[in-house]
Amino acid sequence: MTWSATARGAHQPDNTAFTQQRLPAWQPLLSASITLPLFFCAGLAFIGLGLGLYYSSNGIVELEHDYTGDAGSSNCSVCAAEGQGRAPPPPCSCAWYFSLHELFPGPVYLYYELSSFYQNNRRYGVSRDDAQLSGLPSALRQPANECAPYQRSATGLPIAPCGAIANSLFNDTFSLWHQHQPAGPYVEVPLDRAAIAWWTDYHVKFRNPPLVNGSLALAFRGTAPPPNWPRPVYELSADPNNTGFVNQDFVVWMRTAALPTFRKLYARIRQGDYSAGLPRGAYRVNISYNYPVRAFGGHKLLIFSNISWMGGKNPFLGIAYLVVGALCILVGFAMLVVYIRYQDQTDDDDDDE
Amino acid sequence: MFRRTFSRFCAGEEKRVGTRTVFVGNHPISETEAYIAQRFCDNRIVSSKYTLWNFLTKNLFEQFRRIANFYFLIIFLVQVTVDTPTSPVTSGLPLFFVITVTAIKQGYEDWLRHRADNEVNKSTVYIIENAKRVRKESEKIKVGDVVEVQADETFPCDLILLSSCTTDGTCYVTTASLDGESNCKTHYAVRDTITLCTAESIDTLRAAIECEQPQPDLYKFVGRINIYSNSLEAVARSLGPENLLLKGATLKNTKKIYGVAVYTGMETKMALNYQGKSQKRSAVEKSINAFLIVYLFILLTKAAVCTTLKYVWQSTPHNDEPWYNQKTQKERETLKVLKMFTDFLSFMVLFNFIIPVSMYVTVEMQKFLGSFFISWDKDFYDEEIHEGALVNTSDLNEELGQVDYVFTDKTGTLTENTMEFIECCIDGHKYKSVTQEVDGLSQTDGPLTYFDKADKNREELFLRALCLCHTVEIKTNDAVDGVTESAELTYISSSPDEIALVKGAKRYGFTFLGNRNGLMRVENQRKEIEEYELLHTLNFDSVRRRMSVIVKTQRGDILLFCKGADSAIFPRVQNHEIELTKAHVERNAMDGYRTLCVAFKEIAPDDYERINRQLLEAKMALQDREEKMEKVFDDIETNMNLIGATAVEDKLQDQAAETIEALHAAGLKVWVLTGDKMETAKSTCYACRLFQTSTELLELTTKTIEESERKEDRLHELLIEYRKKLLHEFPKSTRSLKKAWTEHQEYGLIIDGSTLSLILNSSQDSGSNNYKSIFLQICMKCTAVLCCRMAPLQKAQIVRMVKNLKGSPITLSIGDGANDVSMILESHVGIGIKGKEGRQAARNSDYSVPKFKHLKKLLLAHGHLYYVRIAHLVQYFFYKNLCFILPQFLYQFFCGFSQQPLYDAAYLTMYNICFTSLPILAYSLLEQHINIDTLTSDPRLYMKITGNAMLQLGPFLYWTFLAAFEGMVFFFGTYFLFQTASLEENGKLALDTRFWTWINHFVIWGSLAFYVFFSFFWGGIIWPFLKQQRMYFVFAQMLSSVSTWLAIILLIFISLFPEILLIVLKNVKRRTARRNLSCRRASDSLSARPSVRPLLLRTFSDESNIL
Repeated sequence: MTWSATARGAHQPDNTAFTQQRLPAWQPLLSASITLPLFFCAGLAFIGLGLGLYYSSNGIVELEHDYTGDAGSSNCSVCAAEGQGRAPPPPCSCAWYFSLHELFPGPVYLYYELSSFYQNNRRYGVSRDDAQLSGLPSALRQPANECAPYQRSATGLPIAPCGAIANSLFNDTFSLWHQHQPAGPYVEVPLDRAAIAWWTDYHVKFRNPPLVNGSLALAFRGTAPPPNWPRPVYELSADPNNTGFVNQDFVVWMRTAALPTFRKLYARIRQGDYSAGLPRGAYRVNISYNYPVRAFGGHKLLIFSNISWMGGKNPFLGIAYLVVGALCILVGFAMLVVYIRYQDQTDDDDDDE
Repeated sequence: MFRRTFSRFCAGEEKRVGTRTVFVGNHPISETEAYIAQRFCDNRIVSSKYTLWNFLTKNLFEQFRRIANFYFLIIFLVQVTVDTPTSPVTSGLPLFFVITVTAIKQGYEDWLRHRADNEVNKSTVYIIENAKRVRKESEKIKVGDVVEVQADETFPCDLILLSSCTTDGTCYVTTASLDGESNCKTHYAVRDTITLCTAESIDTLRAAIECEQPQPDLYKFVGRINIYSNSLEAVARSLGPENLLLKGATLKNTKKIYGVAVYTGMETKMALNYQGKSQKRSAVEKSINAFLIVYLFILLTKAAVCTTLKYVWQSTPHNDEPWYNQKTQKERETLKVLKMFTDFLSFMVLFNFIIPVSMYVTVEMQKFLGSFFISWDKDFYDEEIHEGALVNTSDLNEELGQVDYVFTDKTGTLTENTMEFIECCIDGHKYKSVTQEVDGLSQTDGPLTYFDKADKNREELFLRALCLCHTVEIKTNDAVDGVTESAELTYISSSPDEIALVKGAKRYGFTFLGNRNGLMRVENQRKEIEEYELLHTLNFDSVRRRMSVIVKTQRGDILLFCKGADSAIFPRVQNHEIELTKAHVERNAMDGYRTLCVAFKEIAPDDYERINRQLLEAKMALQDREEKMEKVFDDIETNMNLIGATAVEDKLQDQAAETIEALHAAGLKVWVLTGDKMETAKSTCYACRLFQTSTELLELTTKTIEESERKEDRLHELLIEYRKKLLHEFPKSTRSLKKAWTEHQEYGLIIDGSTLSLILNSSQDSGSNNYKSIFLQICMKCTAVLCCRMAPLQKAQIVRMVKNLKGSPITLSIGDGANDVSMILESHVGIGIKGKEGRQAARNSDYSVPKFKHLKKLLLAHGHLYYVRIAHLVQYFFYKNLCFILPQFLYQFFCGFSQQPLYDAAYLTMYNICFTSLPILAYSLLEQHINIDTLTSDPRLYMKITGNAMLQLGPFLYWTFLAAFEGMVFFFGTYFLFQTASLEENGKLALDTRFWTWINHFVIWGSLAFYVFFSFFWGGIIWPFLKQQRMYFVFAQMLSSVSTWLAIILLIFISLFPEILLIVLKNVKRRTARRNLSCRRASDSLSARPSVRPLLLRTFSDESNIL
């Protein structure tokens, strides 16, 4: 700070463009001659982009089915009725039949969608222990307090994985069957359930605790499964790379959604004969109906969808672009009219003077 | 505290209860009398606010007095105690950051003040202790110490003069730094002590001084000294202001003096005339506080709405506690009311970022860094003193753009305080040197133009009169011997005018060589030395406004020479002589020169005898000496012959007149407050074009009032009369006053100190209040006001009075001496001039500049820019935080009012500090919406921003609605764009990122880059100290999707759309308006540039600035 201090000789201010506030600056002047073309250009660009987005979004095929089982809607209503008021609901299975008259272009993604499920409720959202999920042995035995009331079991054992999110793991399962010929046998369509979670979640964020004597079960000894789970976490899958905390379904579920209606990826269909998509024919989805949603007024949906360069089906983006582009051009015209009129006026004025 | 109590005392009644007894040299008078040591304060001057010990507590206290800081402290405490959605760190960290930065800045500024104080307090003084000269630091002086002061030193405290090196016990003092009068004043020692002029003898003095307790009036002092000589019989002498040497005054022309300290440190008259240093707050800060309250209200409403809705929503059981999200036992058992309350608090915490915590720190940084532009400005650099402008308080930068009233000191501020002899007229013939400042020694046929010559005798008489009729003394430079004496003559006088006159006479060939043995020696044009015996000096006083000398020539003639103001001389000379001279005098007065008339008369020896006797009698009189003397003087100075007149220029500061004109044009009202005489002040005002020749002057002075018996009645009459006049002139249009000035008759008001005090605190009856309001009405209607004969505190009183006017106008004071300090401190903005009269003013000011002319650029360019910058900064801050928090609020509708934060904690914390502060900071440092040159050359632009125009309700609402619009666009945009999308990612993040990227719509790409970088960083690592890793790699996932990018572009465009539209429309309108005007006023095209450019584009211009 010597420049303001009292030392002699240091007083002469520097004569630089910066200190004298004379830096070269570009001042954009928004005159009509600049902005009008700008508006038209932007408008045209937006409309073009909007059209592209709109058509590519329309090109995306989506097939969805509500299998909540409201009375009479589908055969899942039996299961829904059966599970009414019982916790945990008894295992039940139902099916959804549909047929495709043409090829459903691939790659096809299978999503499930829940509605009115507040994963974004704060009490719910914080009810997890990331340290435990990253395989920290100490955290395994000492779940975070945020997990309460799913922190410890009735017998006082620490719950692993603890918390409301883990406890409410989506446990419906689906299998897809294809009937090539009418009245022919149903062939199971291979569902690619690997890599449905984010790579980083699966490989970094979620880790199993270190194995004890090569056994994951032993590593989890002394913990209790979440109360709603029929089996402990290390038995989620037979595949050792897909069990425990690194179970793909579990990892997907643990990434909570921002809105009360959300979709989560269940599987991709890209193997064998189905790499190009789902060929025409009749299909059946076998659903093991476990997850109760009617208690909180929610719905469960199954969705088949494919994606394009711009992601999933989203007509809104295209429409928004179109609207804004149109608005731009409209305003551009309006301003042109105003501009010309004013110009005429001023010219007249000039003449008068 | 002490000081404030005192000043309150003085403002009201001037009675001080009690006296103090000071023992000279701290020697007890006698053993029999009990020596009661009275406790007085030490001689330390404190202008700093903090000490090392109380800095932390006091500074914290001051900082938490700010609404926003206090608010965040509360939020922080709530977060610590209650379960809230965000951790205490989110508000604690920014708060800590803000507090620390502010504390460092204030500490640094206080350190500078400490250093300045120390300079004064640690200066060396010499004290006589036990007959020895002891060297001490100034702050160690105690009341009762005998202090030795050498020539040209300033007195370290208030002293009673005991003796000086001169035999008559007088000394010369200049009080320039106290009251602005730079002339030398003579002070006297008590007769009984004048012989004690060595350290040994002074130590033998046994005396006690009784005097009143300290009071701030510089010209009042009542005391008594009891001297106990050997006889132990106390001799009592009275002491008056002529015995008191004030701290801050400078000893001149006297080798050394001894004095005893009576008032020290903060009790000296100078210190009492200081106002307490209170923290100045700018008008912008007041607006900020108002905005804060509005936003606080919005916040509370939001929290209340959310809480209510939450409980409405939760009335459905499956919403309150679905199976997947059960409550703990404890939560179920909590009292509902308590839960609602904590919910309310939680919502408040959630939305608390609507109040921008970092705004203060950004504002402070902006001010601090921005103020460097003032000290860097080379236009403020003065070649003579090798210094530029100095910023002492950066808090008030923007206030420079808001000034309504300018109070300026005269001496040393408007004028340079050096007099120059311009011309004279002898018997109506004008003499003027063509080339000024030619060496005055080559004379006779010298550089003088005789337009037509007066009689040679008269000419010589006139010049002799100039050489003799004065109180000038010669200071001979010791190093110079007699040979070159004439070249080295240094004149010293109580009045700079006299010096100018003597020097003027020298130019015409008559050189005053000084007094020798009571003879005044004058070298005439023929290089002969004439000697005159000085018989009597009839001193100048402000009532007579003239002075005379009676001299005896070598031939034995007795002559009286008199010089004085025209009004004082003309009635006393023969009528027929007046006319010619009068014309000259009037013309000179119009030019702003100080004019004096010179007259003489011959006194017959008989008459002289009588006069001599009368004079001596009067001088000896013990009672009513003044009146008697006056009467004698009056008798003597009659029937004189007018010889001529002189014109002396009180040299104005460089470009003073231009500056004042520019300030006038900018709509500022300029008041001159001076301690100087009315006539002098008036002529200066004419010279610097404060008063035009067409200005009609309204005078409220002692002269106009004292004519009548009852002053107050007369005052009342005058006030009423003036008001009538003004109201008639300006029929109820205070708004168009600024315009009215150009069209109507201009009025100027002159008031002097005594009249002012009559108005302000005349009588306590209902009338006085009335006077004040009438007086203010008059003042407000006048283009220019001149207040003369002001005591320092009165200056401050005036400033305070104007400050408290309706609409509380912003005041600025500018001055250079210690007498201006109180007004500098009192006004909103104080500007010190680094003048010749010491540095007190500069030290106590908020800004100091080398010259008065710098005020123009300081206000018109810097002030304007700073105001515009800070106004945008403030508006932007509220705007961005509303934008930021509105989606958070809307999100509550989608997450079951569960206080789920939309943004990650890290983003909440960093948003204000890192992501958004820097672009706006850079903008607010570099923005020049109008070129600096344009600003300085067109003062009318200044009017556009007066009255805090950019922070009024209108602009505030505009920004708020813009923010609301953009917040909505961002939330619902993302909501609709992504609700149906089956992106493999967290929708919440989509919201986050959208928003973030948008914020950077102002961007300076650095911040954007930082944001991107930070997001990768934050999401790319598992942070060991965080419980939740929910941001992990989200950002990277986000950016890999095409539609995210498309959506970002779209949303940015939509949010900017209305603003661009608005600006373009404005532009079209203005263009056409300009076209209409362009024929008439070409200059307008410059000023008509769009004042509000679109923010984005503006950023680009800054961008190019930076690159």
